[in-house]
Amino acid sequence: MSDDTTDTAGTTTTEQASLSGAGSTAGAEPGPSRMLEVAGLSAWYGEARVLTDVSIDVAPGEVVTLVGRNGAGKTTLLRSVMGLHRQTEGTITLDGTDLAKRSADARARAGIGWVPDDRGIYASLTVAENLLLPPVVHADAWPLERVYEFFPVLHERRDFPGTKLSGGEQQMLAMARVLRMGSRLLLLDEPSEGLAPVIVQRIGEIIREIKGQGVGVLLVEQNVTFARAVADRHYLLAQGKVVEHLGNDDFKAREGELLTYLGM
Amino acid sequence: MSEFIQYTLQGLAAGGFYALSALGLAVIFGVLGVVNFSHGACYMLGAVLSAVLLAELNVGFWAALVIVPILMFGFGVLMERLLVRWLLELDPLYNFLLTFGLTLVIVEAVKQRYGVSGLPYQVPAGLGGQVTVGSVNLSVYAIFACLFSVVVCVAVGLLLTKTRIGMIVRAATESPDRTRALGINVGLWVTPVFGFGIALAGLAGVLAAPTRAITAEMGSNFIIILFAVVVIGGLGSILGAVVAGFLVGLVEAYGIAYAPTYAQIVIFVLMAIVVLVRPSGLFGREEVA
Repeated sequence: MSDDTTDTAGTTTTEQASLSGAGSTAGAEPGPSRMLEVAGLSAWYGEARVLTDVSIDVAPGEVVTLVGRNGAGKTTLLRSVMGLHRQTEGTITLDGTDLAKRSADARARAGIGWVPDDRGIYASLTVAENLLLPPVVHADAWPLERVYEFFPVLHERRDFPGTKLSGGEQQMLAMARVLRMGSRLLLLDEPSEGLAPVIVQRIGEIIREIKGQGVGVLLVEQNVTFARAVADRHYLLAQGKVVEHLGNDDFKAREGELLTYLGM
Repeated sequence: MSEFIQYTLQGLAAGGFYALSALGLAVIFGVLGVVNFSHGACYMLGAVLSAVLLAELNVGFWAALVIVPILMFGFGVLMERLLVRWLLELDPLYNFLLTFGLTLVIVEAVKQRYGVSGLPYQVPAGLGGQVTVGSVNLSVYAIFACLFSVVVCVAVGLLLTKTRIGMIVRAATESPDRTRALGINVGLWVTPVFGFGIALAGLAGVLAAPTRAITAEMGSNFIIILFAVVVIGGLGSILGAVVAGFLVGLVEAYGIAYAPTYAQIVIFVLMAIVVLVRPSGLFGREEVA
């Protein structure tokens, strides 16, 4: 960790200049009709400012990633959208409705589905109960049969305590839970973290499947390979700011440079 | 041997009072994140209310077993809506101090009204005396209190594991934030859960009334032991609260019988050992980094 800070210390300034220079959004077309719009969002933890004037958007059926180092503010951004982090300024709208006064549970019922980085599986609930806990909030919600058909392992283990599943299975469960709920916009916090390649691949398939149904996905990801395999657009976050906004083609073309910049 | 069985029964009966109260304490802590210091005072109020109902309104034990928990539920609802609610956003220490202050107020109010000498309460008709099983004489009331507590704990357990309300309470106990983010208005459940927890303490008070000296101070020692119970069981674990309640009742009874000098210490030695071996308690989940 410490070596990449020192290593790139001398070059960061120049890179930042070129990265955040004119035309930084080139190649990234905003979605046709935006589902989620975050405008001028700043967030604090006490006195410490962790997000500065962040503006991003996600359209239905679009997969958008937030890429950046640890501590860049990616998770805080997701938590702010979900309404779990309240010390913020700026606006967050979902389908044109301002969410400022809405609690986290109201936002969830409005269609935002949260898949936290620790998967958020309840140990004291069975797999089936984990799936059935949230209310169904949209007509497109997956019925339980479809969930089980798509994730046979969850059916097999439906009476197990949620946390007795493997890490990959818990990730499936966390995603299946918000699909059963019928969320229209998924906030996925590092779904590939710590999982075997074959499972990561499976998660990629799931993301493509739900994208096909018009569900929007805002994905926090440090795994750049995974990010470019599933996403349409990318926002690069550094020190709480959006420093770059790229379409997937540009992202691929500049991957090496970006990796260095991100210190990953 | 027969003495040992008698001590065991006494321990299980006392354990029932701890288990019921600790269950209430655990549910409140789980859903609200509030450590309710006034839980002992609510247990005391349950016992005092039973005695007052009998003395002033001639309402007997069986009716008190129903009426007192309902009254205490109402008291809990008022306490949550008028006081506790306003501090929930702040550091949990504020509510701890609030309920500590409330304890002093409740205890002093009871002293003002009913004095310090203790209120009379008899073992209800039909539950007095002893039964002889083999060569062992057992107190009928202790058997009743023990079985009654077990039945209530099992009923609460079924409510928590078999119903949707229970599922929401378990989820909110594990993580209120995450449960909110899954579309559940946890705030809606906060008031009834608090009332329910207080009602359980009141119920324990009614059950204890025939076997304890009913004084304003009877909750002061009780709450300290109750804290030991939830630490042993694992903070936030509902099953742990019940199991540790009975365990502490037993350990206390054996302590009083076999090592009276150390009776007060044994429980805390047990607590220290449990915390050393399993810092998160017998049934607590290890914190995940």
